[in-house]
Amino acid sequence: MDTDQLIRTLAADNAHRPPRVGAVLTMALLVAAPLSILIFATFLGVRHDVMSAMHNPFFDMKFAVTLSLAIPAIIVSLHLSRPEALLRGWGWLLLLPVGLLAVAIGSEAMMAPAMPMTMRLMGKNSRVCLFAIPAMSLPLLAGALFGLRHGAPSHPALAGALAGLVSAGLAATLYASHCTDDSPLFVATWYTLATALVTAIGALVGAKVLRY
Amino acid sequence: MRGREDEWTGLMRSAMAGDDAAYHRLLKAVTPVLRAAARRGLARAGQPPDQAEDIVQEILLAVHLKRHTWDSEAPFAPWLFAIGRNKLIDMLRRRGRRIFVNIDDFAETLPGEVPQETVSAGEVASQLNTLPQRQRDVLQSIAVDSTSIKDTAAKYAMSEGAVRVALHRGLAALTAKLRDQ
Repeated sequence: MDTDQLIRTLAADNAHRPPRVGAVLTMALLVAAPLSILIFATFLGVRHDVMSAMHNPFFDMKFAVTLSLAIPAIIVSLHLSRPEALLRGWGWLLLLPVGLLAVAIGSEAMMAPAMPMTMRLMGKNSRVCLFAIPAMSLPLLAGALFGLRHGAPSHPALAGALAGLVSAGLAATLYASHCTDDSPLFVATWYTLATALVTAIGALVGAKVLRY
Repeated sequence: MRGREDEWTGLMRSAMAGDDAAYHRLLKAVTPVLRAAARRGLARAGQPPDQAEDIVQEILLAVHLKRHTWDSEAPFAPWLFAIGRNKLIDMLRRRGRRIFVNIDDFAETLPGEVPQETVSAGEVASQLNTLPQRQRDVLQSIAVDSTSIKDTAAKYAMSEGAVRVALHRGLAALTAKLRDQ
């Protein structure tokens, strides 16, 4: 087929209107979410003292941190689904949860400690956290990668890592309502480790499946 | 150069609004520029220029299948050249070459002289033969025999909608095969 013939064929297909990447990503995450919620409801569930926990600012802070990861990660991943897009100028959005955690750790340090620092950091749920967040992330990660496949990222591994951050941020939001460890030190340690694992998986898989 | 790129952006906007003729004009207009850039990139990597047409066709397919990622408020050329660079890098990687893609190969200011001849390209044509029968028939009919969608539908006793679906799926399958080869 010579190039003029190909061009004629592409023009003949111009009536085909693909949806925007954002629409496909949203649909894919909405399809994946029930699976993650099912894992949550089956194995974890909301903590029993949730009504009183809501009066603890460090409990609420966990959701601020996880959502400040998930939402900017969605925005940046959609930006990077355009071939000419650069991370430059957008990457700082991903530092929001880091900044929030730093503020939270600082405020906790200024209060009279209820428990020694190592106990707050180690918590009671570190092992559950390390398994639960990645497990609940996996359906969402598959959804995010499926959605981003509709885009044209110039750096597939980076886009895959972003998909990992999206799914880990959403999974961690669910997990935060189960976990009784509210210290920002615990969040900064274990949530971060779980997120790093999911991000690495996202980058590895993304490098393969996000090429266009 | 500015004028040419503004013209491309305008054509792409019309194309996205459903103007098939503007789309055809745009693809015709960018092809010699892509061809020249592909040749420069191959020369820089120490590769013979005879693969340039394969790269051009891969770029055109990617432009087509990913045109929804273009932001109609943004200029068209940087988006186009980003796809061009990616496809050139992919091709060199498949050939196992070290990558020395200079971003200037797909830069926004290019010399005016561009080779016009259409060289035959082998990869799209050979992957075409691996498609399912119906997609191959439809693509052959529209591309090679330059039959309209309407007449292709009559020829194969299909509805026009079915021809459109087979056409789009065929192009998507072709692109996937080229990417994964």
